Amino acid sequence: MKQPLFGLTLEELAAIARSLDMPAFSARQMAGWLYARRVGSIDEMTNLSKKARFLLNEQYEPGISQPVKVQVSADGTKKYLFSTGSGKFVETAMIPEEERITVCVSSQVGCKMGCLFCMTGKQGFQGQLTAGEILNQVRSIEEAGRVTNIVYMGMGEPFDNLPEVLKSLEILSAPWGYAMSPRRITVSTIGIIPGMITFLEQSEAHLAVSLHSPFDEERKMLMPVQVAYPVTEVVREIRKWDFSRQRRVSFEYIVFRNLNDTDRHVRELARLLNGLSCRINLIRFHPIPGTPLKGTDDHTLQQFKDKLNERGILTTIRASRGQDIYAACGLLSTKELSS
Amino acid sequence: MTKDNTRQQMLSPVRINSVEEIAPGAFLLSFPRNFSFSAGQVLKIALGEHDSPRMYSICSGENDPEITLLFNVKAEGSLTPHLSLSRPGDTLYTSLPFGSFSGDRHKAWWIATGTGIAPFYSMLRSGLDEGKTLIHGVRSLNQFYFESELMETLGERYIRCCSREQGGKVFPGRVTDYLSRLVQFPEESKYYLCGNGMMVVEVRDMLIGRGVPFTNILSEIYF
Repeated sequence: MKQPLFGLTLEELAAIARSLDMPAFSARQMAGWLYARRVGSIDEMTNLSKKARFLLNEQYEPGISQPVKVQVSADGTKKYLFSTGSGKFVETAMIPEEERITVCVSSQVGCKMGCLFCMTGKQGFQGQLTAGEILNQVRSIEEAGRVTNIVYMGMGEPFDNLPEVLKSLEILSAPWGYAMSPRRITVSTIGIIPGMITFLEQSEAHLAVSLHSPFDEERKMLMPVQVAYPVTEVVREIRKWDFSRQRRVSFEYIVFRNLNDTDRHVRELARLLNGLSCRINLIRFHPIPGTPLKGTDDHTLQQFKDKLNERGILTTIRASRGQDIYAACGLLSTKELSS
Repeated sequence: MTKDNTRQQMLSPVRINSVEEIAPGAFLLSFPRNFSFSAGQVLKIALGEHDSPRMYSICSGENDPEITLLFNVKAEGSLTPHLSLSRPGDTLYTSLPFGSFSGDRHKAWWIATGTGIAPFYSMLRSGLDEGKTLIHGVRSLNQFYFESELMETLGERYIRCCSREQGGKVFPGRVTDYLSRLVQFPEESKYYLCGNGMMVVEVRDMLIGRGVPFTNILSEIYF
């Protein structure tokens, strides 16, 4: 079986070049073809010798795959479905805005984390994505080449697949890769502290943390990860890092009716995040089958936002996009899995 | 948890007392207890100081002289195949205990699959078994770890489910099959779930669908 080249770092490409007796500079040439020029075959790498292309073709393939399905929302949002083999699928969302095209990538097939409000969790964990499979979600969509921002907020927990996520971040930001500013990339976690520390040390990308409740007992019911990594400890670790300059940290907060939308929550959030340079993104809940949770109404949501802002916590409401195309992450792939 | 999580998770060396295979592919590892913990807490474990550690629930009781850990050997894993070959006197790196999947004296159902029994066995050995019902799901009959002690202590409140073999009073099927046949679940009870993520999600959905408030369900997932 041929090994994919797409998703390899410059160091890994150099190792391949050495093993095939290719000149050392051919690693950069391969990287250029794979990432900057987005070629679909080894034969298109025309500045490599014919012999090198022949040898590469014997053992390697580009490793690019096209989406198997695309859904387009009335608001322009698209949901792409990629097959990862053996009947498994991952979702990628493309969200167009005025000046921006944001792509939301998946980092795992399914998820282990079992958050109560998440459809992906209901699929269980089915496998890790390679760096190539993560990047392919940016490379193989119709908007490839015009993407301005990338968020790791699709299926899976990025820090449960840290080596491949870090590799994909390296390729996205390296001059020999996509040369993208890490300030245009956000990685979202539910708060796996050791992975988060490694990410903060090794990447310059922005961090987003799924918060959803500032109270230990309540968050435990929503997110089993709280049992091992309480959010107070997550915030304590974040305080050790400088987010007052270009790098940003934000907290995602899905607002559930009569659960986490009270004045008590406003006060505790303000206490938890006091003095930290950050933002809270309030998110409307899109109900998933069988959930006991309900989204809060717009009036309460607005009030909740205003109260947090009054307490000095910069808070915004994230616009809901693509509601007509299984917008909630995991819905489309679950439907495809069961069909 | 009040202590700094980062400090709690720093690894320190301990000497292994014993490694015993208690069922095919399942091992019980022990080392001296030099810290206190709450039943249900976990440790991070590694064989080398700089290895990437994995989390395991403590299996022993709060007052037992040794810490014991229950693990399955995963053929492709980076830790358990080596861990299973450890010998008394070998060095193991472990964190301090952390986590809040803690038992208490309230009425509760403990629901586990496979080695997910570990925190509940710890709770039982710590004297928290009163008013508890334990449902343990496994694939083979020889995976009912600590069966004798659990039967003796819990009696009819110890329910065994086996998906691939049949025997005695063992329910033939998965935990979810067993639960789906029950007429009702006490709403006031707490429900502790521990095991693979899929079981936890399925059981949680089932309980919620049958009227159990989600606030009464506490889950621990292997990751």
